[in-house]
Amino acid sequence: MTDSEAEVTKRRRGGARAGAGGPRYPGWLALPAVGWYLLFFLVPLGIMAVTSLGEIAEDSYSDIVYSWTIDNYRYLWDDFAGDTHLYRDIFLDTLKLSVIGTASTLVIGFPLAYYIARYAKHKTLLLFLVIVPFWTSFLIRAYAWLILLDPEFPLFRALGLSGFVESHELLNTPKAIYIGVAYNYLPLMVLPLYAALERMDWSLVEAAQDLGDSPLRAFRRVTLPLALPGVLAGSLLVFIPLTGEYIIPVILGGNKTFYAGNLIAQQFLESRDWPLGSALAMVVIGALTIVLLVYARVLGRQERYG
Amino acid sequence: MTGKRILGGYALLAYVFLYAPIAVVVVLAFNGGRDVLYWEGFSTKWFGEALRTPEITHALKLSVLIALGNALVACVLGTMLALALPRMRPWVRVPVDALAYMTLVTPEIVFAISALVFFVQAGARLPWVENPLGWQTILIAHVVFNASVVALVVRARFVSMGQTLEEASYDLGAGPLSTFRQVTFPRLAPAILAGGLLAFTFSFDDFVTSFFVTGPESETLPIYIWGQLRFGVTPAINATAAMILGFTLVAIVVAYVVLRRTAQGREGTAMPGV
Repeated sequence: MTDSEAEVTKRRRGGARAGAGGPRYPGWLALPAVGWYLLFFLVPLGIMAVTSLGEIAEDSYSDIVYSWTIDNYRYLWDDFAGDTHLYRDIFLDTLKLSVIGTASTLVIGFPLAYYIARYAKHKTLLLFLVIVPFWTSFLIRAYAWLILLDPEFPLFRALGLSGFVESHELLNTPKAIYIGVAYNYLPLMVLPLYAALERMDWSLVEAAQDLGDSPLRAFRRVTLPLALPGVLAGSLLVFIPLTGEYIIPVILGGNKTFYAGNLIAQQFLESRDWPLGSALAMVVIGALTIVLLVYARVLGRQERYG
Repeated sequence: MTGKRILGGYALLAYVFLYAPIAVVVVLAFNGGRDVLYWEGFSTKWFGEALRTPEITHALKLSVLIALGNALVACVLGTMLALALPRMRPWVRVPVDALAYMTLVTPEIVFAISALVFFVQAGARLPWVENPLGWQTILIAHVVFNASVVALVVRARFVSMGQTLEEASYDLGAGPLSTFRQVTFPRLAPAILAGGLLAFTFSFDDFVTSFFVTGPESETLPIYIWGQLRFGVTPAINATAAMILGFTLVAIVVAYVVLRRTAQGREGTAMPGV
């Protein structure tokens, strides 16, 4: 394939324009992916938003009428503000699950990320070993705890835990869900924590200690502020998917404890009320948008003053 | 020094925590007995049993085919996107970037049901579509987030490897196509392969999206396992799970080795986790 001379000159000039070593592949290469995103991601979200303004036809149990009504939202609002709070309680439980999940992965993950970033010899390998479980089947990792938390599980008995925690009360309770969540989401937290800690200049910590700070104080005043972006990023990565968690509550909670994800799924699988299910999903998206905006604000402030 | 040792011990415990559940599933898959929890000697009979169950082999075949097709399409779309992004003007790049990230961070259940609504509505309006849901819709939906995964991996490599060779190629008169074939592709190939393997495992392991956009005829392996779990864990389920884990682990380790071997300590080549 040979280009004409005019073509060459044109490309030369293009190169000069791109200046600081900019790559020179044409922008239209993005079109297929962007088209795919628009058609199969954004348009579906839009249709879901429209569906949330529809209702179920009166003489049917699942046919949708696009009537542009806010009845679904009003129904939810009445529940949130009124006396029934069926949905409000489920959303509050979801918030609780997301907060507990984020906090527990942070507490479990931070020392691990700290060790890998500061002391470990084979950093890349150790980090890779943290991520591998994340890349394997979520479903299998969730149901593994069905076995581990079984009161009859030999290891469980051998550890003498059965008598200690009354293990048969663990499965099918929120506690089992929390354990499963902490386990399944841990890699997502460790990754950004490590990224932040890996960039740390540890001589700063040593300097603080040389100047008389106790290790704890040096940690609080030097390490923690510098690790904060990683903490925030990790928290977001765990918190967001947890707001829609569906698998773990069903498997480890015995479908007894209900969260937003299960509520949405129920509207689509059993109740066949797609408009209400869509409205519930929109509420989740709305709540997440607020969380993201607050996050962006905190991050902006951090960059300005941190 | 003691702090280091304590942390080291803690890290060891953390790795036990990360791998024990997976190991338990795999070990119990070799249990000869009928009961999951009582060890009755080593046996591979449940693997044979699983492979003789037509539902499992069909689901396995379907999962592999969807994951392969998904990886292929995601590689093409994701690589093209990764090549185009760095060159774009900010007012185009920022929204495209945001869109790609959105496909990764949106709670899966939200994406899954919006895709379900979309496919059903679109199917109702297309006269030649008889059954709107099936393996095709799983494939389409998987490509949405896996194209972003590939783009993320390929782009990290593309940006870190520098563009001097591409510029030399252009200066010598090669067009974008021959520059890609002769210069960029050979250097990006490991990243594309790694991204493709990741896309394969994400699709192969996916449950939530597949579950909602599949039709009655198309049962992937995770959907099959989900259905079986209603009757409790059995050794056959563990054997099926062990095979899935084996599949995924091989893909991951290959991706890791490929990326490491070609990265040779260069910055920014580590595989992103999301």
